[in-house]
Amino acid sequence: MAEVALRNVTKRFDPVVAVKDLSLEISDGEYVVLLGPTGAGKTTTLRVVAGLERPENGRVEIAGTDVTDLPPAARDVAFVFQQYSLYPHYTVFDNLAFPLRAPGRKWPADQIDARVREAAALLRIEDKLRNRVTQLSGGEMQRVAIGRALVRTPSIFLMDEPLSSLDAKLREDLRIELKRIQRDLGATILYVTHDQLEAMTLADRIGVLSEGELVQVGTPRDVYERPDNIYVAQRVGSPQINLLPMGMLGIADGPGKAQTLGVRPEDVELGADGVAAQVLAVEHLGVETVVLLEVAGQRFHALLGPGVAAAEGQSINARVRRGAALFFDADGRRLDWDTPAAMSDPRERAHVG
Amino acid sequence: MAEIKVQNLHKTFGDFIAVRNSTFTIEDREFFVMLGPSGCGKTTTLRMIAGLEMPTSGAILLDGEDVTFRRGSQRDIAFVFQLFALYPHMNVRQNISFPLRVQRVPRREVRQRTEEVAKLLRIDHLLNLPVGGLSSGDRQRVALGRAIIRRAKAFLMDEPLGALDAEFRELMCEELRLLHNRIDATTVYVTHDQVEAMSMADRIAVMDQGEVLQVGPPAEVYDRPATQFVAGFIGSPAMNFLPAQGQFEPGTMQIKVNGAAVAVPRLHEGLIHERAVLGVRPEHIHIGEAGDLQGRVYGVEYMGSRQLITVDTDAGRLKVRAPNTVRTGYGETVGLSFRADRLVVFDGRSERALKSDLHAGGPHG
Repeated sequence: MAEVALRNVTKRFDPVVAVKDLSLEISDGEYVVLLGPTGAGKTTTLRVVAGLERPENGRVEIAGTDVTDLPPAARDVAFVFQQYSLYPHYTVFDNLAFPLRAPGRKWPADQIDARVREAAALLRIEDKLRNRVTQLSGGEMQRVAIGRALVRTPSIFLMDEPLSSLDAKLREDLRIELKRIQRDLGATILYVTHDQLEAMTLADRIGVLSEGELVQVGTPRDVYERPDNIYVAQRVGSPQINLLPMGMLGIADGPGKAQTLGVRPEDVELGADGVAAQVLAVEHLGVETVVLLEVAGQRFHALLGPGVAAAEGQSINARVRRGAALFFDADGRRLDWDTPAAMSDPRERAHVG
Repeated sequence: MAEIKVQNLHKTFGDFIAVRNSTFTIEDREFFVMLGPSGCGKTTTLRMIAGLEMPTSGAILLDGEDVTFRRGSQRDIAFVFQLFALYPHMNVRQNISFPLRVQRVPRREVRQRTEEVAKLLRIDHLLNLPVGGLSSGDRQRVALGRAIIRRAKAFLMDEPLGALDAEFRELMCEELRLLHNRIDATTVYVTHDQVEAMSMADRIAVMDQGEVLQVGPPAEVYDRPATQFVAGFIGSPAMNFLPAQGQFEPGTMQIKVNGAAVAVPRLHEGLIHERAVLGVRPEHIHIGEAGDLQGRVYGVEYMGSRQLITVDTDAGRLKVRAPNTVRTGYGETVGLSFRADRLVVFDGRSERALKSDLHAGGPHG
């Protein structure tokens, strides 16, 4: 059963349509990440689920109940913001206990104590409970902010770029902690980010957004290996996928009306065979090497292991790893060798009949 | 021509030592990156090279000439601040030519040089447009154009890409590097972002707490870090560190980690104490059924072209970078084996890397 469902949700901020006819179901215990650049509608979608924005059209359901007309407090959700909004004059304990002490909740003190300690243990901040939050590091503060959401065990956690204000090392650590906590609690999470690596590593499913529309929803592997269109292909992977006109790198044959060739940098092979390419730049990143190449005025990247013997200004042969090329039509949609897009396949017709 | 020599450069602010006896040489036309966490002294060093800050002691030589106490304006150096800021009421041409117009360069020359720079950056078709409607990439190029139009001998850049999001930063790194290749100038670039440093630099100076810990090409600081700090700061995810035991003497080829024997590059020097740390890069660990160490999988992160596996062992938590073909899941028991020729042994007290065969060899494959 869907723990949370958005059904045909539209939200306008005149003249902009921030979210367009968006439908998405999130299962119980599922980790769904909305990925997109600034202005794609990710945060608005999250705020609609939270009840912080009212959609013009469509409905929001939580645990089978239509909550579209309910205020935020009456929905069983917990929100973690990008900027940890903690109470600086409170201790870590009091910050964590705050949601449980809210008027109307009336939790007994011993239960509050137990809940707070449980959340603190999960986040590995038990030894900081007596500290003022101002004495904490950035990573610890964000953990407290997440902990404040955890103490309540809501139907769904809504998280808006909770790691983006942290440095790289901390992000790495918290990423894996978040995933562990979600697994341990069986929590349902809707998470928003513009960082493709976060989306790839955290999500059970990624929803890629573009200008308020959900372009593709799928597992990280699906989105990476079988993107529905060029836009999705460009949103995941670093360095970005290479987009080249058909015929480049010796690939002239594509399914149907293929116009554009998509090649992930790790699928470009350099060596004896292939098309002569000019090396424009070589970046030695330690674990891997990024080579910028040019053929007939078209630039593209190759991602290789360490110790590549390519030098700036050199000419080198490049080819695409067998079977790794993706094909897109004039509208940017990905074409498969045997999809209905290539309608000439008789088997397809047989199904229709 | 611009070779910059920094000699015993020292700078204190009251009791605080911002830069500690730094000595290094930035070669002519080099792309030199000073890398370190905030407060490591990289910006202070850059500001002293620029003449915006005076050192407490030491000297700065520009092409052999002592410029230590010369004002910034008397050095042929351009300081580039955060690149994003453009003058919104001026068009592209006016933005790029601004530094020349301020210097009252004759109009014809301003025109000619603006067009030259615009061509170099491939934005010559945009010269008469307002900057408001430009894509963010073109805006950056305009900002770059404004920086390089002065034709300085050296460009000093302080986290110029700091305000950009990741996707775009990658693009600009490449753009900056290609630009550097096209103009005959020395670039000194300050950043806390190791990916930026690795992707652009000819050589990197890694700094911490006012001290220059290592200067070398990206592959060198990555493969042969001089200290544990350098090893941990460069590379993502960072190098794994494990407490190591055994006899550390010249000639040692095997040490112990949590009781298990681990082969290491032959040590050229020893330790007088027994506190040592083994450094292992995530890509130099192989996951299999058996191995040097046993562990339990704590997390598997899919990254497209590869995956990152976190494993808990009795010696600590390890990050492993593995190809996508490795299939494992949370809670599974796995064996870990290390690639012996790539391991680093650190002195557990001084955190310095012990010299070994790792340092003797040529570039690694």
